[in-house]
Amino acid sequence: MAQNGKSGGPPIQKILLIGNPNVGKSVIFSRLTGVNVIASNYPGTTIDFSRGYTGHGENRIEVIDVPGTYSLEPVSPAEKVVVELLNRAVEERGSIVINVIDATNLERNLNLTLRLIKKDVPMIIVLNLWDEAKHTGITIDAEKLEEILGAPVIPTVAVTGEGIKQLVDRLQEAKRGTYRFAGEEPWQEIGKILDQTQTLTHRHHTFMERVGDLTIHPWTGIPLAILIMYAVFQVIRLIGEGLIGYLFEPIFEILWRPAMMALSRLLGSAGTLHDILIGQLIDGRIDFGQSFGILTTGLFVPFAAVLPYIIAFYFVLSFLEDSGYLPRLAVLVDKFLHVIGLHGMAIIPMFLACGCNVPGVLATRILETRRERFLAATLMSISIPCMAQTAMIFGLLGPYGSRGLFPVFITLFIVWVAAGVLMRNLVRGESPEIFTEIPAYRFPHMRVMLKKVWMRVRWFLKEAVPFVLAGVFIVNLLYTAGVIPFLGRLAAPVVTRLLGLPLDAVGALIIGFLRKDLAVGMLAPLDLSMKQLIIASVVLTMYFPCVATFAVLLKELGVRDMIKAAIIMIASAFLVGALLNLIL
Amino acid sequence: MRMTDLAAMHAGESGTVTRLDGGTGASKRLEDMGIRPGVRVTKISGQIMHGPVIVGVGSARLAIGHGMARRVVVAAD
Repeated sequence: MAQNGKSGGPPIQKILLIGNPNVGKSVIFSRLTGVNVIASNYPGTTIDFSRGYTGHGENRIEVIDVPGTYSLEPVSPAEKVVVELLNRAVEERGSIVINVIDATNLERNLNLTLRLIKKDVPMIIVLNLWDEAKHTGITIDAEKLEEILGAPVIPTVAVTGEGIKQLVDRLQEAKRGTYRFAGEEPWQEIGKILDQTQTLTHRHHTFMERVGDLTIHPWTGIPLAILIMYAVFQVIRLIGEGLIGYLFEPIFEILWRPAMMALSRLLGSAGTLHDILIGQLIDGRIDFGQSFGILTTGLFVPFAAVLPYIIAFYFVLSFLEDSGYLPRLAVLVDKFLHVIGLHGMAIIPMFLACGCNVPGVLATRILETRRERFLAATLMSISIPCMAQTAMIFGLLGPYGSRGLFPVFITLFIVWVAAGVLMRNLVRGESPEIFTEIPAYRFPHMRVMLKKVWMRVRWFLKEAVPFVLAGVFIVNLLYTAGVIPFLGRLAAPVVTRLLGLPLDAVGALIIGFLRKDLAVGMLAPLDLSMKQLIIASVVLTMYFPCVATFAVLLKELGVRDMIKAAIIMIASAFLVGALLNLIL
Repeated sequence: MRMTDLAAMHAGESGTVTRLDGGTGASKRLEDMGIRPGVRVTKISGQIMHGPVIVGVGSARLAIGHGMARRVVVAAD
C-alpha cells in the first residue's frame, strides 16, 4: 500500500469529484463537506463547480464538485469546466481526484476512469449506487477492481451515507492508477476488466422499469405526461392555497393585524413615516394587499401571497427532479421543441424558470450550443412568469376564474411558441439533436427532497424578500416625490392609448424591473377591469426581466446578445399588449 | 441477420452495433456514451414523427435524436 504520504507526495489539499453525469457526485460532495448543493436525478444538474471543505485545522481539505462528463474532450460549457479544473489539478501537488462511478453502468463509466488514470493524477474510485447495482443483479468484485486499476476502489450508497466513512478513512491512500493501455481506445481493455470483476445475474425487468418504459412510449407516454402536468398544477394549487388559508393568512390576520393597527394609531394614522411603514389606510383599516407600507404589504406579498406557492412549487419540482421523470418528459416533447429551435432537454431549464428565471437561465448551460442557450434564455425571460409573479396573478385574476386566468397564460404560451419560431429562423447557429441518458426511476428520499426545498426557499427569503421591501420603499418615495405621476404623463400615449391602462400602471412597470410579484401587487389598488388586469399581467411578464434575471442574462449571454434579447422583449411586449387591447 | 439502423429497428428488437456512420464528432459522442461497434443494443421505443429513439445499452437507457440514430448501423438478431 503505497500511500500518498509515503511515496513522498504532499498531504492532500484539494479533492476533485469527477464522473459521468448523474452518478451522485453532488450527493457525495454534500456528504463530505456538509455543504448542501442541489442534487437531482437527471444528467446535468451541476452546471458550475461548487466548493466546500472536509476535515479540520491542518487537515482541512478543499472539495470541488464539478459537472458530470462522459469524456475529457468537452462538448458543452459545463464539460469544459471539468477539463480546466482537472488540468489544473494535474499540475498542482496535493490534488487528488475522486472518480465517482455508477456501479450499475460500470462499462461506460470505466471509459472515463481509464482516461483519468492516463492523466497520472492520484485518485480514488468510488463505486456509487452500489445498492441499485445489487438490485439489478450486478455483482462487482471491488477488491479485484482495485488490484487491476491500482487505485483504491470503495463501494458507496451516497444517499444513505453507506461507505462514506470508508472513503474518508482512505483518502490518504489516493494514488496514481497503474493500469495502462496502448492506443487511444480503451474499450477492449474495459471488456477484459469487466470479465474479471463483474458478474451479471439476469433478473426480470423490475416493476419500476416497466413503469419507466410506459412513460416513454409515445402512445402511453403523452397521455401520462398530460396527466402528470395536470396533477403537478393541482398539487401546487392545493399546497399553496392550503398554506395560505390555514397558516399564513391567519398569522397575518390574527397576530400581525392588531400589532400593525396599534402601530398605526401610535404614528397618528397619517404622515410620511406612517405611509412608509403602514401605508394608506383604506376605510380606516389596513389592507394587506393595498396599503403598501413596508410592514404591511411589504411583508404580506412575499410571505403570505408568494412564499406558499414557492414552497409548493419547489416541493413538486424536487419530486419530479429526484424521480427521474424530467429526462423522459424531455424525450416526449423533443419533436415539439424543435419547432422553436431547441431539443427536448430544454424543457428542464424552462421548467426551472417557472419557479424563478434565474436558475432557469443558469440551467440553459445543459444545452450544447450558444444559439440554443440564447433561444432558451430569451424565450423564458419573455414568456415564462416566475412562481412569485404567477402567485400574484392568481391572486388578482383568481376571482374571475378561468375567464381571467386563461387569456394570460394562453397568450404567454402563444408568445413562447411564436417568438421561438421567429427566432429559430432569425438566429443563426446550430441546434444539435437530443442525446442524453435516461436515468432509472428512483423513489425520492423524503429527507433529501425536503432539504432541497428548504435550500431553495431559503434562497428566496434571502434574495427576494429584501428586494420586495426595498421596492415598497421606493414606490412610496417615487409617489411622494411625484416621479410616478410625472413619468405617467410622459408615457401616457403608450400606456393609455396603446395598452389601455391607467397612468398609475406606469409605477408597476417601473417596479417590475425590481420585482415582478410586487409590480403585479401594485395593480391591486388601481381598480382595474379584468381586461386591464390581463393586459397588465401579460405586459409585466414580457417587457423586461427583473433585475436578478437581468444580471444572470448579462453574465450568460454577454452584452451584445443581452441587448438583442432586450429589444425583442420590449418590442414584443408592447406589440402583444396592444393586440390584446384590441382583441379583448 | 438483418442489417438495419437504430432509427429503423422495431421497438423491442435487439442487435449488435456494426458501424457508426457520420462525422468523428458525432461518433465520438456515441462511443463515449457506450454505443460503439460490437456492443449489444435493444431498442426500447421510438417517438412518433421521427422523434428521439430510446436504446438500452447494458443497464443504461439512452435517448438519441433520430438523425443520429440513423447513423448507428446494427445487425439485428
